[in-house]
Amino acid sequence: MNRYPLWKYVIVALALAIGFVYTLPNFFGESPAVQVSSAKATLKTDIKTLERVESTLKTANVETNGLSLDPHGVKVRLKDADTQLKAKDLLEKQFNPDASNPQYVIALNLLSSSPQWLTNLHALPMYLGLDLRGGVHFLLQVDMKGALTKRLDSISADLRSLLRDKNIRHAGIGREGERIAIRFRDAETRNKGRIALEDNQPELQFADQGEGSELKLVATLKPTEIKRIQEDAIKQNIVTLNNRVNELGVAEPVIAQQGIDRIVVQLPGVQDTTTAKDMIGRTATLEVRMVDEAATQTGSTLGVDIVPEHQRDGTENPVALKKMVVLTGDRFSSAKATFDQNQQPAVSLSLDAAGGRIMRDVTRENLGKLMAIVLYEKGKGEAISVAKIQGEFGNQFQITGRFTAEETTRLAILIRAGSLAAPMEIIEERTIGPSLGADNIKKGFNSTLWGFAAIATFMIAYYMLFGLISVAALAANLLFLLALLSMLQATLTLPGIAAIALALGMAIDANVLINERIREELRNGLTPQAAIHAGYERAFGTILDSNVTTLIAGIALLIFGSGPVRGFAVVHCLGILTSLFSAVVVSRALVNLIYGRRRKLESLAIGQIWKPGNTTNAVAAK
Amino acid sequence: MEFFRIRKDIPFMRHALVFNIISLITFLLAVIFLFSRGLHLSVEFTGGTLIEVNYTQAAELEKIRGGLSKAGYTDIAVQNFGSSRDVLIRLPLKAEQNTSKIGEAVMQALNAEAPGATLRRVEFVGPQVGKELAENGALALLLVVIGIVIYLAFRFEWRFSVSAIIANLHDVIIILGFFAFFQWEFSLSVLAAVLAVLGYSVNESVVVFDRVRETFKKARGMTTPQVLDHAITSTISRTIITHGCTQLMVLSMLVFGGETLYYFALALTIGICFGIYSSVLVASPLVMWLGVSREQFIKVKKQIEGANEDGAVV
Repeated sequence: MNRYPLWKYVIVALALAIGFVYTLPNFFGESPAVQVSSAKATLKTDIKTLERVESTLKTANVETNGLSLDPHGVKVRLKDADTQLKAKDLLEKQFNPDASNPQYVIALNLLSSSPQWLTNLHALPMYLGLDLRGGVHFLLQVDMKGALTKRLDSISADLRSLLRDKNIRHAGIGREGERIAIRFRDAETRNKGRIALEDNQPELQFADQGEGSELKLVATLKPTEIKRIQEDAIKQNIVTLNNRVNELGVAEPVIAQQGIDRIVVQLPGVQDTTTAKDMIGRTATLEVRMVDEAATQTGSTLGVDIVPEHQRDGTENPVALKKMVVLTGDRFSSAKATFDQNQQPAVSLSLDAAGGRIMRDVTRENLGKLMAIVLYEKGKGEAISVAKIQGEFGNQFQITGRFTAEETTRLAILIRAGSLAAPMEIIEERTIGPSLGADNIKKGFNSTLWGFAAIATFMIAYYMLFGLISVAALAANLLFLLALLSMLQATLTLPGIAAIALALGMAIDANVLINERIREELRNGLTPQAAIHAGYERAFGTILDSNVTTLIAGIALLIFGSGPVRGFAVVHCLGILTSLFSAVVVSRALVNLIYGRRRKLESLAIGQIWKPGNTTNAVAAK
Repeated sequence: MEFFRIRKDIPFMRHALVFNIISLITFLLAVIFLFSRGLHLSVEFTGGTLIEVNYTQAAELEKIRGGLSKAGYTDIAVQNFGSSRDVLIRLPLKAEQNTSKIGEAVMQALNAEAPGATLRRVEFVGPQVGKELAENGALALLLVVIGIVIYLAFRFEWRFSVSAIIANLHDVIIILGFFAFFQWEFSLSVLAAVLAVLGYSVNESVVVFDRVRETFKKARGMTTPQVLDHAITSTISRTIITHGCTQLMVLSMLVFGGETLYYFALALTIGICFGIYSSVLVASPLVMWLGVSREQFIKVKKQIEGANEDGAVV
């Protein structure tokens, strides 16, 4: 009765073999590597890139441990960290001759040293979280209200020119919070205006307000339009962040949306956290606006935005800007740090087609007037350049001013990396140094190891052979858990390692239940074979019950947990599932293999069985 | 080896009142501490910045404090973290602060007064995140409680599910009481530990209740307290061995896991100790006082079709 059909043994053996193969890559460690990937969407890394990398390194006599090409780019393994840095510098020079306009991202990386055949099986090492490998983690909150006001500002400019084109006289257009109010002097013009606007602005809904000579037409965005703007804003911000991260040269960045208005940025393995934070945290948006010269002189604040302009001598001048936004940063197609004809540092800018058209129209109409380029950071604007329009601008123009060469480089990167559709704020940040990561792995590993050893010692001493079987089942559980984590490429964090340890500590419960039950059945006078059978059968219901309650807690953590708690919850839940299989099926298979064929089984090696009233203590013990 | 050589059922129920009074006193103390001292919440919940630095020699905390207050930081906490060379600096949340620069600013201040520090970790949490985490934590607790009550009510009877959840929630309060009394830091991982303990010690009650149900069905003529005594006595060996093993693992985390896992393991340790006590010695008397009897059980068995026929047992 204690025999498994062959297929059950095969399943157990197969599970163990698969578990072993997928756990294997974790033992090979990592070797330094350099990764070359494309920084432009139009540029693909292919076999030619690989050959170019190879020949570059060969001519410089840099020894490599193999090159590979995958969708992320070309990866070169190197023998140590020194060669890694050397190779990076070489490739940087070769692939990005113009440092201000990089074509490729050359990044330091660590590659698993596991053999190729394992990688071909998609057997990869576990994906370590930032707390284990070091790096930077940011949670950014996108200011959706900001995205909407920005959009409304540009719409009110459109409305103004639309009404002018149609020759409809209005008494002023302005944004009031989240709506645009257009004043009219009489009802007839308002009706005309309403019809004209409704035809041309399908994303707006209009309502009449006011009486007598104070007539207003109030425009608000339609809910579907609001939703679209918000979705676009977060998408554009993600693209922008991607561009900025590319400039940093990070091997495996994670930039993802979280919820409706948040973005997670994770830069694993980044050593220079200062620059990274500076680039990511720079929540700048760029706008081109006309200066209201009258208001600047009188100091009036009515209908204008006042921003400071930093002077070379350190003082600040207030500049009054008209509400109308001429251009936003997303119209810039390239930006370069150069020098103007007077050898002063300057930023040379190119606009896309639509931006060029707007710029041409605006500059033609405003010859001799002041135009400002404004950088918004954390909701505060600063005029980085205020200049008189000397002639009609085209697609290309330069900003000159009080810049140093360093400032123009920085500015060019900022503009090139794209502006943000909506301002963002860092609401959570975690920076973990690489040494702390290595420490955390060691600590987590040691806790699991010593805990496992202690349990193993106790179980074997207390339950003898059955204890050994329980320990083997527990080891199988660990194997399955690691294999599953490697297969799913779930992020392993320190709380995750704690969950592995805890899963083992709790999983032993099932085996204790079984072993105790077998002892009890022996005590009640069952034969050894019957006791094994009854022990496993009857303990199963309880094992299931106790795991379900634990699983309920695990799932609650998974649903509501974030960050470290989620890392814990994932492993906790997986651990409960693997322990059900290993404690019941794997340990039973072992018991069946050992005892199943022995017909005349007299005793079990399950430690001493004590019966009330029996003082010799030797009944079923071997 | 055989640790538990019990000849007769131990009369636990005779002392039920005593156990519950002990438990009630601990519970009330925990509640008092929770209200009078409050939890020492980590940066994750309150918002703020946490910076861990490492020195090659023992760090001089006074100098670090001096350097930081000179640089204009107020209301800071500086303490050793794990070893005398590791230092943890906590800064409260301020409205006007460049969050991305704070790590460097602190490092500069440190290098001026107490040089030689390397930055190990910076954590910044904004106010909105902290509030969300606290809310989500409460929701998770609620979901666990509801899930377990429904599961047990389905599997057994409402009396069992009510007593199990009362007994185990009182564990949770006691863990929190410990954290309030000693002002240990209550972080997200401690919250995870608390919820894991809740799920874990409920299964303790489940094992005893399984046995109670089985004994009710099998043995006629036993009084309710006798049935409960028998159920607890026959499962006590498994209870202690299982919890002992889990505790071995937790102990290993406590010793080897470093500062980060320390409070996590501590919460588990308290949870495991009180979990045994309450799920066995508090939940069972509650079931008795709620008026469980053999008749109900047989009725329940008829009502719930497909409920475990052999009454899964240990």
